[in-house]
Amino acid sequence: MNLAHTSLRQLAAALRAKTLSSRELAQSYLDRIARMDPQLNSFITLDAPRTLAAADAADVRIAQGDTGPLTGIPIAHKDIFCANGWLTTCGSKMLSNFVAPYDAHVIEQFHAAGSPLLGKTNMDEFAMGSSNETSYFGPVKNPWDLAAVPGGSSGGSAAAVAARLTPAATGTDTGGSIRQPASLCGISGIKPTYGRVSRYGMIAYASSLDQGGVLAPSAEDLALVLNTMVGFDARDSTCLERPAEDFTAGLDKPLAGLRIGLPREYFSDGVSADVANAIEAALKEYERLGATRVDISLPNTKLSVPVYYVLAPAEASSNLSRFDGVRYGYRAKDYGDLTDLYERSRAEGFGPEVKRRILTGTYVLSKGYYDAYYLQAQRVRRLILDDFQQAFTRCDVIMGPSSPTVAFNIGEKTSDPIQMYLSDIFTISVNLAGLPGLSIPVGFGAQQRPVGLQLIGDYFSEAHLLNIAHQYQQATDWHAQSPALAKA
Amino acid sequence: MEWETVIGLETHTQLRTLSKIFSGASTAFGAQPNAQASAVDIALPGVLPVMNRAAVEHAIRFGLAVGATVAARSIFARKNYFYPDLPKGYQISQYEIPVVLGGAVRVTLEGVERSIQLTRAHLEEDAGKSLHEDFHGLSGIDLNRAGTPLLEIVTEPDMRSAAEAVAYARALHRLVMWIGICDGNMQEGSFRCDANVSVRPRGQKEYGTRCEIKNLNSFRFMEKAIEFEVRRQIALIEEGGTVVQETRLYDADRDETRPMRSKEDAQDYRYFPDPDLLPLVIDAQWVERVRAALPELPDAMAQRFQSVLGLSAYDAGVITASRPLAQYFEALLQNPKLGSRASGSDPEALYLDPKLCANWLCGELSAALHRENLEVEHSRITPGQLSGLLVRIQDGTISGKTAKEVFEALWQEGGEADAIIEAKGLRQISDDGALEKIVDQLIAENAVQVAEYRSGKDKVFGFFVGRAMKASGGRANPIQLNDILKKKLAP
Amino acid sequence: MSLSDSDLARLARLARLRLDPAAGDALKSQLTGILHLIEELQAVDTQGIEPLAQSPHLQLRLREDRVTETDRRADFQAIAPQVENGLYLVPRVVE
Repeated sequence: MNLAHTSLRQLAAALRAKTLSSRELAQSYLDRIARMDPQLNSFITLDAPRTLAAADAADVRIAQGDTGPLTGIPIAHKDIFCANGWLTTCGSKMLSNFVAPYDAHVIEQFHAAGSPLLGKTNMDEFAMGSSNETSYFGPVKNPWDLAAVPGGSSGGSAAAVAARLTPAATGTDTGGSIRQPASLCGISGIKPTYGRVSRYGMIAYASSLDQGGVLAPSAEDLALVLNTMVGFDARDSTCLERPAEDFTAGLDKPLAGLRIGLPREYFSDGVSADVANAIEAALKEYERLGATRVDISLPNTKLSVPVYYVLAPAEASSNLSRFDGVRYGYRAKDYGDLTDLYERSRAEGFGPEVKRRILTGTYVLSKGYYDAYYLQAQRVRRLILDDFQQAFTRCDVIMGPSSPTVAFNIGEKTSDPIQMYLSDIFTISVNLAGLPGLSIPVGFGAQQRPVGLQLIGDYFSEAHLLNIAHQYQQATDWHAQSPALAKA
Repeated sequence: MEWETVIGLETHTQLRTLSKIFSGASTAFGAQPNAQASAVDIALPGVLPVMNRAAVEHAIRFGLAVGATVAARSIFARKNYFYPDLPKGYQISQYEIPVVLGGAVRVTLEGVERSIQLTRAHLEEDAGKSLHEDFHGLSGIDLNRAGTPLLEIVTEPDMRSAAEAVAYARALHRLVMWIGICDGNMQEGSFRCDANVSVRPRGQKEYGTRCEIKNLNSFRFMEKAIEFEVRRQIALIEEGGTVVQETRLYDADRDETRPMRSKEDAQDYRYFPDPDLLPLVIDAQWVERVRAALPELPDAMAQRFQSVLGLSAYDAGVITASRPLAQYFEALLQNPKLGSRASGSDPEALYLDPKLCANWLCGELSAALHRENLEVEHSRITPGQLSGLLVRIQDGTISGKTAKEVFEALWQEGGEADAIIEAKGLRQISDDGALEKIVDQLIAENAVQVAEYRSGKDKVFGFFVGRAMKASGGRANPIQLNDILKKKLAP
Repeated sequence: MSLSDSDLARLARLARLRLDPAAGDALKSQLTGILHLIEELQAVDTQGIEPLAQSPHLQLRLREDRVTETDRRADFQAIAPQVENGLYLVPRVVE
């Protein structure tokens, strides 16, 4: 059995059958990480003894017959989730010494399921970035091409999954931070409906947009992990109280009669030809599976980028005020008075992209600008929501590219923030509306870099989205392909 | 020139809850520093606020008590500024749409009643405390208070003197304690006022430039601080200067206000709706449930005491100064030995005389409480014990003077008035035969005075009353004694 | 709209960020670029449109008034830069 290329369902079966122990499985992944990650830099923190201790505990549970679908399966977590006793950096120098004194709800859920924490994955600083180049811990490389970015901000999670350094990983998605790196790394990734996954213990970037989710090779894997991750948590006022749902239950439903909405704005000249071709091929495959195409329009798509770059920085400027060098985290070495302590600690602790967004957010909220920028952005946000609600009267799912291009080169866009921002044009509006979105690999474009197809559903349609993705993956094998590096 | 003072007050009332407004940490006063600062209160990365239902209910209660509008939908906003006692770098408050809008508080000043209009009341979280002593030039931050629920109650610029501002603050203080939303403890900071003070030439329509005075932690200081500030502003303008809008701190030791240095830079709080908290929705049923559970309010109760029980405005005011006092009074009226006011065929005979109760409450009991520095709810004599005593005054068993002796015994040793009266033999002599015997003997022994009285010297009557009382050991029923003396001395 | 030096200084002051004077011009032009991007919104007609602050399918949930937290000061202060006698220490706060 090639453990690194085995699905979660098969791993769970092997663990239950005791042909495999959690310790063996965890050790094999730790070995792969030790061997390959120096090239990728997808992990910030590893703690093998802790991971193995958790694996041993899982083995005890399995021996006692106390098993769930993820018991004994190690999973990597984005370093945005606080994990008690683990360094939790959020990719920032500001938290480079922060050992979290509590568990995020998501971490609790995996702990309760008996899934050992494999390690904390690299990410853009405070989840601000689309390329993983803003991390204080250095950029992550794309396993398909080490010259390319893995996308961001969950770039470490995406690269680790693509290189099969972990069976699955958690991520967070504020403007595309799961779907875009999943797309760029040739894997599957889902951002659930806003409010499905508790944000408690997930370090906030833009609170009204942030949502936790999963990255894994296949839609079936996503469904299994999502089953554990989703759950009501009273500590997050925006977390929804809903009956438990099994996201794997409907995976096998046929797609006959599925109406796929294709927003013309997602197929404009802004999309590169290689991406467009791979998307078109995927749509043909869906037609073979019984789906039909419906032309739709999301006319305010282009405005989603400016709306996002008002609202997200505004919320971030406030969310990041708690990092002041007083109670935890980085404190400047030399300072005079209180203001100096604040200004130096924050100037030294935050990187340039974080500072840009804090200053932008401060600007749009400040006296005289609030109405023109912040309120206006919220009004346009409603227009974007209305576009989707209109569209879902005519189709069951919306499809388009997850990213207008395949992965770009490391360093290619770092000097021009605007170009970087525009790479999220197809993912951002989903967060603004709070809808679920999913990306699956559908082929390769220029330089053999992966292309991702984005699926957008109505509220709470995760199970349906996973079903639609899974049916495609039953008919194709893009999701089973892995980079050469992963086969070593 | 004649100047007019204009004052508006902002009062931070700590709401009486077990836990904080957005976390499950205790709000109890006096814990070790930071022992009640939870992950949410110290703003660890990743934590989130969850609103306390009881704090909302207190706000509704207040809104109803002042006749305000309780907003069906109000918004929590973030007020952004950096300060070490504010761990998140923002305070969660309400800005554009507060939970309570309008309303009024009635105050009486020198016998004149006025209504002070409220602008709004909004929910927000308290900050921590900075301590400046003993840290080698550093400040120590205690976040126990951070996240304590506050209702900030804001008036219109409706008050025209320091005395009026104090009258309003006292009325508000009584009200928030009365409806049980605040413990009112000013020493512990549960009720803190800031005053916005300006002056203008009398007759001018526009307001003058105002200063906000903070740190008014007693009614006395409030009055002195406002008076100082008014004098300062008038002197400044009369010397040709202008008032600068600023925040000033009252220094009680020097009896002066001075500018706060930390608030110098022009503030831009960048308020925006808190994305962690959705709009607060209060439906009509909730408001009605709270309304139904609201106690009779002090103004209404004082009115009733005057119109139904016939108390003076003064007594009614004193008794409704606090809810425990008013409750004591009402319990006093309900003596089980007599039956309640509502029952019985002859109501007049069945309940204690309200004036008698009021006199004893405001007199003897208040003095005893004051002497031992006790609140009425900790009185050493219960309403039941005291009414047991008052019943015996009302039915003539003992005189008012003897009752004071019984009261002292009750206060010191407890027990029941009847038992004490029996044990000490204090029962009034109301037996006509016994009294006649005393009077007959007096007449026999004081022939000279009898003759004087009968010849028209009415003053001598007092001599007989005094002697008879003395002879009875003070226990003679004075009314009966009077009657018997008159009868027997009659020529 | 472009950002002046004094605008930038004001924002940096509000955000408590000490700016590196050497990086000032680059930062100013980047922020100006971002402001250009978001200025596109000005052209949109949003008359009568209610601002949307959060996903529309949510409602505020209230918690019951119960004490659920215990004293974790020791854990929380183990990661603090400077504490004494249970207090977080900062340069003297002037009132």
